[in-house]
Amino acid sequence: MTDLPLDDDSQQLLDQARLGNRRAIARLLTHLETGGPQGQALLAALLPQVGQAYVIGFTGPPGAGKSTLIARTARLLRERAAPIAVVAVDPTSPLSGGALLGDRLRMRELVSDSDFFIRSMASRGHPGGIAHATQDVVMALDALGFPLILVETVGAGQAQVDVAQFAHTVVLVEAPGMGDEIQALKAGLTEIADIIVVNKADRPDVKRTVQAIRAALLGTVRAGEGLHHPPADALDIPQAEGGWVVPVLEVSALNGQGLDELISALALHRDYLVTHHRWETHHRRWVRSQIETWLQRRIWALVQTHLDKGALDHAVAAVMAQETDFTTVAQALLEDTLKRLRSSD
Amino acid sequence: MGAYELRAVEEVDSLIERSRPKIRVLIAKPGLDGHDRGAKVVARALRDAGMEVIYTGLRQTPTMIAEAALQEDVDVVGLSILSGAHMALIPRVLRALKERGLEDLPVFVGGIIPPDDAEALKAMGVWEVFGPGTETRAVVQAIQESLQARTAHD
Repeated sequence: MTDLPLDDDSQQLLDQARLGNRRAIARLLTHLETGGPQGQALLAALLPQVGQAYVIGFTGPPGAGKSTLIARTARLLRERAAPIAVVAVDPTSPLSGGALLGDRLRMRELVSDSDFFIRSMASRGHPGGIAHATQDVVMALDALGFPLILVETVGAGQAQVDVAQFAHTVVLVEAPGMGDEIQALKAGLTEIADIIVVNKADRPDVKRTVQAIRAALLGTVRAGEGLHHPPADALDIPQAEGGWVVPVLEVSALNGQGLDELISALALHRDYLVTHHRWETHHRRWVRSQIETWLQRRIWALVQTHLDKGALDHAVAAVMAQETDFTTVAQALLEDTLKRLRSSD
Repeated sequence: MGAYELRAVEEVDSLIERSRPKIRVLIAKPGLDGHDRGAKVVARALRDAGMEVIYTGLRQTPTMIAEAALQEDVDVVGLSILSGAHMALIPRVLRALKERGLEDLPVFVGGIIPPDDAEALKAMGVWEVFGPGTETRAVVQAIQESLQARTAHD
């Protein structure tokens, strides 16, 4: 499978984690986050067991109430699928490289309960909004036997698309008063979300946001799908011609309104994926994106290793001085790297 | 070709590894007092020092704190107490950590702690106690030292 052998410590850690030892699981996740040969060897050892878990991604703008919604959803789903893992991703500060991870704050009802396992992650400089290692961590939790994994990501614009790479179902969480943002998202809305939740439905203005989303959805129907149906129909979703109609749900994570509908919509979407043979497609796409991500990482690291110190800064300066453009510069840097690789042969 | 590939991959591995290690810190407030300003200031200072800070907020029970430390696999635990209940709460947190095999984690305490109590807490295994007016730089430095000491011990 791999040319990276597990050392004794890693093998022991893996054995313990497979037995459900929570401390071993936590430590193993750290190894994956840190990367390096042992992290890669652990991941490779886990790969054959991947593909059993149902992964739900929750994304949306800061302040939409994602953490609270996840906590409530997890509690409602515990009867069907325990233990449940929650992975919460927050941004790394580009200045210090540090991060403030505060999602546990709103998940306190899950904290001291062995049915749940929460892990906070920092995005560590990955521009897509998803921690570089998030996919690895989700994969590992899957392989270690968590049947349900809920992933929270900071969503800002296109970054949300990332989560669709490894979540079976993407729940876009919005809050009242974000109508302008909906307009901006208009084109990409249905590509991002399988279910849209307008949270904080206990607040005024919720109807307007729901209407804005519905208006945005009209005319952006995915191939093979009918027009969008109002949320009253959400639990009786017509699945003509293999299409999935994105339901827009009014939810209040605070007082529980609409949560049952969300649970039902999740179950429906899961069934839809299975009956339409999308589950496997999804898994294949996941594997593919793993390979692509790995290549991107390695190639970038290779370039960094082989460039002269300061070469990138020089390139930036040249573009800033309008001596050249960045495509030309990037091409030159790549060629330079390739040349050095060949001559080091 | 093969030789260069091998070397390149090793270089990349060392590069990736060097770029990654991060200190993870849990900041929690056990007990019932609602004053979380100090905890937030410290949390932000540690983030600005390049650490990943898991902030759990107010009214954490010892079990919640120990579970969070375990699940998040943190390197350090910081507790903030302003209620005066430190002599009751901190031993319980230390016990909850020990029950999970985490007795080696450095534990820091911040808050209004009389000197005698501070000494007693340190005797129980608390790494350091910080009173009001402590510079955040001192906290950052103490955390780094505690981790170096632990690595050296290993």
